[in-house]
Amino acid sequence: MSGLGKMAEPIAVLNNPEQARTTREQDLIARVQRGQNELFYELVRPYERRVYAAALAILRSPADAEDVAQEAVVKAFANIRQFRAEARFSTWLIQITVNEALMRRRRERTVVMEAIDDRREEETEYAPREFADWREIPSEALERKEVRQRLADALATLDRKYREVFVLRDMEQLNIQETAEALGISTASVKTRLLRARLMLRDLLAAGWEQGWFSRIPFEKGNKPW
Amino acid sequence: MVNREPVNCEFVWREISNYIDGELDPALRPAIEAHFQSCAHCRSVLEGTRNVVRLYSDERLIDEQTIAVPAGYSRRLEKRLAQSARVSGSRWSSLSAWLVPVAALALIAGGLRLANSVTHTPPLKVQHAQPGHDIPPDMVVVVSTDDDTKLFHVAGCPFIHDKNKVRSLTAKQAIDQGYTPCLRCMRKYLNVAGNPGAVADDDQDEEADSGVRGEGH
Repeated sequence: MSGLGKMAEPIAVLNNPEQARTTREQDLIARVQRGQNELFYELVRPYERRVYAAALAILRSPADAEDVAQEAVVKAFANIRQFRAEARFSTWLIQITVNEALMRRRRERTVVMEAIDDRREEETEYAPREFADWREIPSEALERKEVRQRLADALATLDRKYREVFVLRDMEQLNIQETAEALGISTASVKTRLLRARLMLRDLLAAGWEQGWFSRIPFEKGNKPW
Repeated sequence: MVNREPVNCEFVWREISNYIDGELDPALRPAIEAHFQSCAHCRSVLEGTRNVVRLYSDERLIDEQTIAVPAGYSRRLEKRLAQSARVSGSRWSSLSAWLVPVAALALIAGGLRLANSVTHTPPLKVQHAQPGHDIPPDMVVVVSTDDDTKLFHVAGCPFIHDKNKVRSLTAKQAIDQGYTPCLRCMRKYLNVAGNPGAVADDDQDEEADSGVRGEGH
């Protein structure tokens, strides 16, 4: 797991693109906080797709996700002076988005029944499948649009409660505590759902490999852990 | 596949996320790693799960091809932000609030041409762009931040590209930043004044430009 939040602080930051990006972001935040409001969109722009993706993970409706994304960005703008430098701006923005999405969902669904269903399913164990022929998908394969689409399709098949935890934790790089706070569930539930999501995706991708989804991906001989 | 070791397969599966995230109880690590050594299935689950985490944490999964945001999403988001800023009385709002009367006054007083006219002439972007002459350098003008034609206008000009995305500045600043006068609202500062033929040609050119952009003035 190499989330941004888990990266070790680099000793030498000169010529570090990530550090340069962070510095520029901090400068933008400071300027917006001093009143240069017209720079706020520039600050948000690198994360606008992430904002949409986080909202979509929770709501699934593109129209609702866009609406919530807009609400979240506007709310972030309204509260930018409350943002503190010790937090990551992207995390703060995603948390606002998640809160907005959850409020939207609560208005539209019966939460009590959902909670009971969630508990029932989480109490059952998930046994990962055995595969006779499955190969590791190398990161280089992500250069191919069809591979990225396969991964997105697999993610879309997960139940909402697994998908939202997985998106926030493994894609948006929130940590367990942040994910729990964002979704209003316990850290234990986050861990349980994250485990289930990861195992299900592993099985989905493995099955996809058997069905030839990734048949044109080159792999080293012997790079076949199962 | 379940074995009879103290740490069996089901136990390992429950802890596999914690193992990958480095959050496993250190006391359990030796037993679980020993299990991976002896159990091919759990090894495959571990490697497959690691593969999932690595692939999905890749930035490319949130690129424009994978997360297909609705068409016009960015533009609408920016517009909504600008609208919100105006409602909240923020700087965007105050700019637009005083911009219109100030620029209108500047337009009414357009005959007041200050002696120290702008002389800096950066490269012109639009084919028919002209630097203008005798433009009062302190005249308040507006530019659209969403327009690549690099024209500046007086406030209220009907040919401003997107009135929700304007910023104000002085004529001198606009010219220094590479903007050129709008052929319509700044006509009197251009050589086309009093030359209907030239204006008509410019009209056609600008309409053609609009067609290319897909968004009329």
